[in-house]
Amino acid sequence: MPKEVTDVICPFCGTLCDDLIITVSDDNKTILGVKNACAIGAEKFNHQRLPGRVKRPRMRQADGTYKEVSYDEAIDWTANMLVKSRKTLMYGWASTSCQAMSIGHDIAEKVGGIVDNCATVCHGSSLIAIEDVGVPSCTLGEVKNRADRVIFWGCNPAHAHPRHMSRYSIFPRGFFTVKGHKGRKIYCVDCRYTDTAKCADEFIQVQQGYDYELLNAFRTAARGEVLPDTVGGVPKEKIYEIVEDLKTARFGIIFFGMGLTHTMGRNHNIDIAINLTRDMNDYTKFAIMAMRGHWNVTGSGQVLGWQYGFPYAVDLSRRDQARHQTGETTSVDLLNRGEVEACFYIATDPGAHFPIDAMIKSSKKPTVTVDPHINCTTEISDIHIPVAMVGVEVGGCAYRMDNVPIETRKVVDPPEGMLTDEELLTKINQRVDELLAKGGA
Amino acid sequence: MNTVTLTVKKVPELYLECEKVNPDAFAGKTADQIAKLPGYQGKEISTLGDYFTVTGDAGATAADTKIVINGDCTKMKYIGAKMTAGEVVVNSTTDMYTGSWMTGGKLLIKGDVHSFCGLAMKGGEFIIEGDAGNYLGAAYRGDWRGMSGGVLRIKGNAGSDVATFMTGGELIVEGDVDIHIGTHMEGGKIIVKGNANRRVGGQLVKGEIYVFGNINVMMPGFKPVNEVELDVDGTTAKFTEYVGDLGERHPKRKGETVYGKLFLKQ
Amino acid sequence: MSEYIIKNGHVFDPVQGIKGDKKDICVKDGKIIDKVGSGAKIIDASGKTVMAGALEIHAHVAGPKVNAGRWYRPEDKHFDSHKTAGITRIEGGKSIPTVFKTGYEYARMGFTFAMEAAMPPLYARHVHEEIHDTPIIDEAALPVFGNNWFILEYLKNQEIENTAAYIAWVMRQTKGYGVKVVNPGGTEAWAWGLNCLTIHDPVPYFEITPAEIIKGLMAANEYLGLPHSMHIHQNDLGNPGNYQTTIDTLKLAEGVKATNNFGRDQVMHSTHIQFHSYKGTNWGDFESGAKEVMDYVNKQKNLTIDTGNVTLDETTTMTADGPFEHHLHGLNHLKWFNVDVELETAAGVVPFIYDPNNAVFASQWAVGLEIALYAKDPMRCFITTDHPNAGPFTRYPRVYAWLMSEKYRNERLNSFKKADKVISATNLSGMDREITLYELAQMTRAGPAKALGLSKDYGGLKVGMNADIAIYNINPDKFPSDGAAIEKAFAQVAYLFKDGKICVEEGKIVDMGKKHTFWVDAKVKENKQVMHDVREKFLRYYSVNENNYSVPESYAPHQHIISVDATQA
Repeated sequence: MPKEVTDVICPFCGTLCDDLIITVSDDNKTILGVKNACAIGAEKFNHQRLPGRVKRPRMRQADGTYKEVSYDEAIDWTANMLVKSRKTLMYGWASTSCQAMSIGHDIAEKVGGIVDNCATVCHGSSLIAIEDVGVPSCTLGEVKNRADRVIFWGCNPAHAHPRHMSRYSIFPRGFFTVKGHKGRKIYCVDCRYTDTAKCADEFIQVQQGYDYELLNAFRTAARGEVLPDTVGGVPKEKIYEIVEDLKTARFGIIFFGMGLTHTMGRNHNIDIAINLTRDMNDYTKFAIMAMRGHWNVTGSGQVLGWQYGFPYAVDLSRRDQARHQTGETTSVDLLNRGEVEACFYIATDPGAHFPIDAMIKSSKKPTVTVDPHINCTTEISDIHIPVAMVGVEVGGCAYRMDNVPIETRKVVDPPEGMLTDEELLTKINQRVDELLAKGGA
Repeated sequence: MNTVTLTVKKVPELYLECEKVNPDAFAGKTADQIAKLPGYQGKEISTLGDYFTVTGDAGATAADTKIVINGDCTKMKYIGAKMTAGEVVVNSTTDMYTGSWMTGGKLLIKGDVHSFCGLAMKGGEFIIEGDAGNYLGAAYRGDWRGMSGGVLRIKGNAGSDVATFMTGGELIVEGDVDIHIGTHMEGGKIIVKGNANRRVGGQLVKGEIYVFGNINVMMPGFKPVNEVELDVDGTTAKFTEYVGDLGERHPKRKGETVYGKLFLKQ
Repeated sequence: MSEYIIKNGHVFDPVQGIKGDKKDICVKDGKIIDKVGSGAKIIDASGKTVMAGALEIHAHVAGPKVNAGRWYRPEDKHFDSHKTAGITRIEGGKSIPTVFKTGYEYARMGFTFAMEAAMPPLYARHVHEEIHDTPIIDEAALPVFGNNWFILEYLKNQEIENTAAYIAWVMRQTKGYGVKVVNPGGTEAWAWGLNCLTIHDPVPYFEITPAEIIKGLMAANEYLGLPHSMHIHQNDLGNPGNYQTTIDTLKLAEGVKATNNFGRDQVMHSTHIQFHSYKGTNWGDFESGAKEVMDYVNKQKNLTIDTGNVTLDETTTMTADGPFEHHLHGLNHLKWFNVDVELETAAGVVPFIYDPNNAVFASQWAVGLEIALYAKDPMRCFITTDHPNAGPFTRYPRVYAWLMSEKYRNERLNSFKKADKVISATNLSGMDREITLYELAQMTRAGPAKALGLSKDYGGLKVGMNADIAIYNINPDKFPSDGAAIEKAFAQVAYLFKDGKICVEEGKIVDMGKKHTFWVDAKVKENKQVMHDVREKFLRYYSVNENNYSVPESYAPHQHIISVDATQA
């Protein structure tokens, strides 16, 4: 008889829905169905049963083809690479568990690695802004229970966080928000009319690259000062009108995404949005939250935070100190400048997401990629090591976009003999210890 | 003043961290002792002697020490960082953190510098003859205390994020700058003799910014209040005076708000 | 397991009333025993001071706001990250140390236990992940209740039994140790941008006052008979004139009896009371209210306090008193981190520089020292810095030196830029009391252990107790007259024994020992109402499912569980 596993946490995006119900075959090996997930989450679970799964490590041969090797061989090759390299990029982490990350950091400290996570090409801009000016924020349940003004600025949850609007931000009926979306005014600020804008009460079209100027205009309007006739294509009357409306809110929240993190100025756009939120707290209650993309990039930031004091781009290559400087110790910069000698990628796909110049440089270095699947990165690596899918075949802690930690579950068994990230990293760590003891390093 | 001359004999494969290349680290040491000072590339610790030929002994103190560096320093970081006195002349382009956390002395780079140079400068004189990357004269990550003293002059162009969180001192760019100049500034003086792209004086609390060339897009939080004739770094001209950033908080003196100022040459 | 004999040390043990006598302490299998065999390793403690391992009763060392403070302050690690040769990991962070540095530094100073002062239940998993990664020291965490929707609703209706059942449930879900209350009512008000500054200001919508919350939580705590008392960060923190609210709050404990099987006598622990002992009406006429507050504390035997000493450093403030942090940010304009937590609490973080040139900060420093110097019963007054709020915990040796040497603190007091103003606004000048080593042992070992309900096994050197022992390079017969020398001796133990194992030798970490997570499992009668309410609120208001709320066993591999049977209450 198939069985249902309830309260399952979806390991895909930062919304980290924890109400999935997965139907599993009675031998615990196959996922048969998914309830409550969005299309993306459902696919994450459903594709588990598709054929063609890579079950053992693959090593690239001289002729460019890949040959299967044992885990032990792959682990030995990886440990040797790490011990030999003077400075190794250890990038990814955003789709594995906190428990696995911790082991990875121990390895990095021993071998001289730079631990970086997906924030480096995503909400790193937000993290820099928070490093500079802090952030007034809240948990998603506060939005559900209290918010009566919701602003989506440069983000499109309809596509990127599909259940966000129904679970937290537009539709739910909470303790103080019994009318649901009818008791909320929704704004959407974007350079184009998105599917999220369709759910908004008011859409403000901002000229591309003018978010910083427009946010400056909002702050100026809030202080009752003069404005030019239009800012970023938005007339000043509209700016004053919106600011006055926001001041009458009971609880306002700004959600933002790549529209601010990746347009001109990057972290400055978020910095000034945070300052606007801070200013609004002089009149009423306001919060701001980054729409984190990966389901555990936030977790990587937390573990790096408590172990080394920085949220990403942590340079441990000197082995006796931890350093952090976006622009220097971030993955793309390290690759572009030729500052690392080896690459270790885990729970990510930089081949698909990094600038091509950086990946061309990466492909010339000894590279190990740890991933359940063949992807753009595995095909330019020397070794591809498959592991169990975290949140599906093995559990582990994850942090939601509002930093709330939730323990993901094991729903089905991984393929026979496949290691988990934790097991693999533990074995690599042991092999590194053996090599270091021999070399007397 | 004693002069120590360093000549590059090997270019680093990665980037060499030259935290010990400054008058303070050299003071009181002979050429041999200087050559034994450490240089770092990731976990590998080598010596300065592995990468430079060292001639001349240092002075007894930093103030008595002059360092001249010849050869290709494009991949050398931290040259002149944290120096408190003395002189450093580099006949080359240098990498990141050149002259950062400097509190005194004279630093001259006869080439370009990369990013994060002159961070949180407290005193002294830092001259760059070429161009700079980003974050020239800025604060370190997260720190609200940026450049607070001294004079930083660059003859070429600078990139973005110049003088973030500046609280004092003077930064002069004789060429152009890109975006985000003087962001979060709370004091000090920036002079741009070329053009500025956008976001000049964003979130400016207090301080003065002078731009001789064009600003492509003015921040909405700046309003023109006056026209003045001023002598700025040797040039006398008419400037339009703007106050701002009107979206930001400002201190008060005797009940009057003290705004930041932006002067645009007419 | 090993046997040791610590020979000839000057023992200070308030549990047995030993005030510096030379005594041998025997250790075997993690316990203090009567005598050991001839094979026991000899630790020569002659000319040294021997005390039990210290217990930190209130510090912010593990959890979401602590970590926010870490990662949003890269500059706190700037030029500070380092690694000592040996078995330790990289350490960093001046005001908010990383978890590795936290464990090592506490151990180096002779501590064997730390209480994480405030755990938001929704984030309990995070607190335990950090506790797990903090080496050597035993830890526990206090879940916060003073702004929790369940609590506000039950106490409005004076349902003590339901309140107790809910508290027991939360402590089991979060592996929590006791009842923490922060700015009662005010932090729920803060979710709307408001606050409760006196104990009679009603909470918006819930219409219950802080006084009612405090009284109700004290009653529930005693109903359960927990090892620790209600632990409170009072309303109106940090504001001139707040000493009156402080005394009003302390008065709520009058007539309340401690009910427990753990030797605890207090019903209210009022934390970092320095921040709550101010007279005056504004920063201009600000004055010390320490004498008024301590006059009351000295009279009331069922109260304990900890000091919250200002150390005059650049540090980071962080507290569940969300509105206070917003207010502080308005004063110093430094970066402000805030998180409101659904149904439960909030937190704020703001960096702060206690510049000694500033008369107000220097006066706060004086107030903190006065609190300790006025204390008549050192078993009821403990030394803290509310780390990192008033200063980093690594400054404890300096605080001890100021308390133990009138000369050292007067040097500091008289060299302030605004010394005249500070002296006239406070009482410190002319206070000549010097805390003795015995009193220090009371204030940092025996007292906190008793207040936490741990006195049977911790905080003393009696036979049968746990072998958590600190040996300092201080000769009581030649007690240093130089404050800096006192500091140095307390900063690096000669030896630290944890569970009978030597973990620190001459300030160097030599063994990670085995840390435990302490928590309290209180059993109550089955309560269908509370379980129904829990189910309801998770379905309708929380953003996570009830079955995903609890902290799994794997997060605390070595648990020290204290069971309490409250089914007969």
